[in-house]
Amino acid sequence: MSIYSEVILDHYHHPRNFGKLRKPDLNFKIINPLCGDEIEFFINFDGMVIKEICFYGKGCAISIASSSMFLNIIKGKNKDELKKLDKEFIIKMLGIKIGLNRLKCALLPLGIVEKI
Amino acid sequence: MYKPVSDMGLKNDFPIFKKNKKLVYLDSAATSLKPQVVIDKITDYYQNYSANVFRGVYRISEKATYEFEETRKIVAKFINAQDVNEIIFTRNTTEALNLVAYSLGKKIVGKHDEVASTIIEHHSNFVPWQVLCFELGAVFKFIDIDKKGYLLEDLEKFISNKTKILALCHVSNVLGTINPLKQIIKKVKKINPNIIIVVDGAQSFSHIKIDVKDLDCDFFAFSSHKSLGPTGVGVLWGKKEKLEIMKPFLYGGEMIDEVTFEKSSFKRSPYKFEAGTPSIGEVIAFKEAIKYIDYIGVDKIREHEKTLVHRSINLLNNEFKNKITIFGPDNVEDRGGVIAFNFDKYHPHDIAAVLDTMDIAVRAGHHCAMPLHKRLEITATVRASFYLYNNQRDLERLVNGLKKVERILK
Repeated sequence: MSIYSEVILDHYHHPRNFGKLRKPDLNFKIINPLCGDEIEFFINFDGMVIKEICFYGKGCAISIASSSMFLNIIKGKNKDELKKLDKEFIIKMLGIKIGLNRLKCALLPLGIVEKI
Repeated sequence: MYKPVSDMGLKNDFPIFKKNKKLVYLDSAATSLKPQVVIDKITDYYQNYSANVFRGVYRISEKATYEFEETRKIVAKFINAQDVNEIIFTRNTTEALNLVAYSLGKKIVGKHDEVASTIIEHHSNFVPWQVLCFELGAVFKFIDIDKKGYLLEDLEKFISNKTKILALCHVSNVLGTINPLKQIIKKVKKINPNIIIVVDGAQSFSHIKIDVKDLDCDFFAFSSHKSLGPTGVGVLWGKKEKLEIMKPFLYGGEMIDEVTFEKSSFKRSPYKFEAGTPSIGEVIAFKEAIKYIDYIGVDKIREHEKTLVHRSINLLNNEFKNKITIFGPDNVEDRGGVIAFNFDKYHPHDIAAVLDTMDIAVRAGHHCAMPLHKRLEITATVRASFYLYNNQRDLERLVNGLKKVERILK
């Protein structure tokens, strides 16, 4: 099976939550060490809950789709719920069989969990 | 002018193609494939005389030592080293370059001195010098490139009497640029006769004829695994008088003369730089790779790579017009068997992943040359690199693969 499934390509071509927030509570960049791609994340909180979140930057189809899908899921969640999300969660979310070398692209948005 | 040779007909010598009949291997700049003769030689060592080298007084150890030292002789002859003791075996090119940085760099570079490198270096010939300068309070400079990927010619801007070391590659692993080493070295030594020239030959050894005496560099480093040989073997060639003044790199077994409670004394080059048990079988088999390359002929390999580069640039430009951006010199005479490119809006990782579905192996990323990518204002490129087993058909498959990229990702 190709890693470029319909769902992945849909999120790549039409990333959700793509853009910037004007005055974010939290703003950081995550770099994919494999290729140097940078993706920037913007978050606004309502207490412990992620009220608004979006991302901006360039990346491969996998890192963009993974970010797009992951943000959809964590929006509205509180910080404690977020801490439970891990590598396995991302792999399941993507629904594709991903090789060891591309895993770094897929796991890029997981860096959010560490930053929050 | 060169005669076009689009297929050297050597795929049968490489057993990987027996199981992977459709494999189009375009990543030889990362590591080359191995011919049967090399694999057989490694197997022979492990099956028939897998003893340690140097101190065994039994026959299979003597056989191992003999085979090991034969490789040193063959390497020395192949690059026209004047003395076989100038050939040091390391783990890889990176270790060879680090050896010079530690054993010589730390000795001769002082505070406020300068060390120069270039912006097109692989990290392995950039970071050791950058760190060395940082630790010693010296100044790290790097020579820039022009629009086409040639090093700037006004070397006076970067080299002075304060410059202790110039570390530069022979061939860029991204742009493919072949640095006119002999001219550069002549020019640099005119500015500063005492400068030490360290050459990263990882991409040129076995692709271009190497004559270290003619080049007049002080050190030349390369790897076995990029030249049909096994992994785990690098070579550092150094001028004898320079090696003599250098301290050992690692301390321990094999490299000592005498050890007492008070102090230790060390062997001379190359053994003082080869602490511990080396990659014996791999070093032994490396000479079969060199013999194979010598039998084919480095000049013929070079002509073949020129043909492939020339044809692939034409094929890609004709097929994809302005959707394709190829980096590096246009003139194949100035370019090794490497083509880095970007294709339309597609990310190099995605391009490489789709090509993989068609059994085409290319590399995507920054190719351990982040300063260069920053300089080119890009984050990543796709890189196709060629060697003696590639042919015209591989190039056509690459073009078809890129068409599939368009179909899938558009």
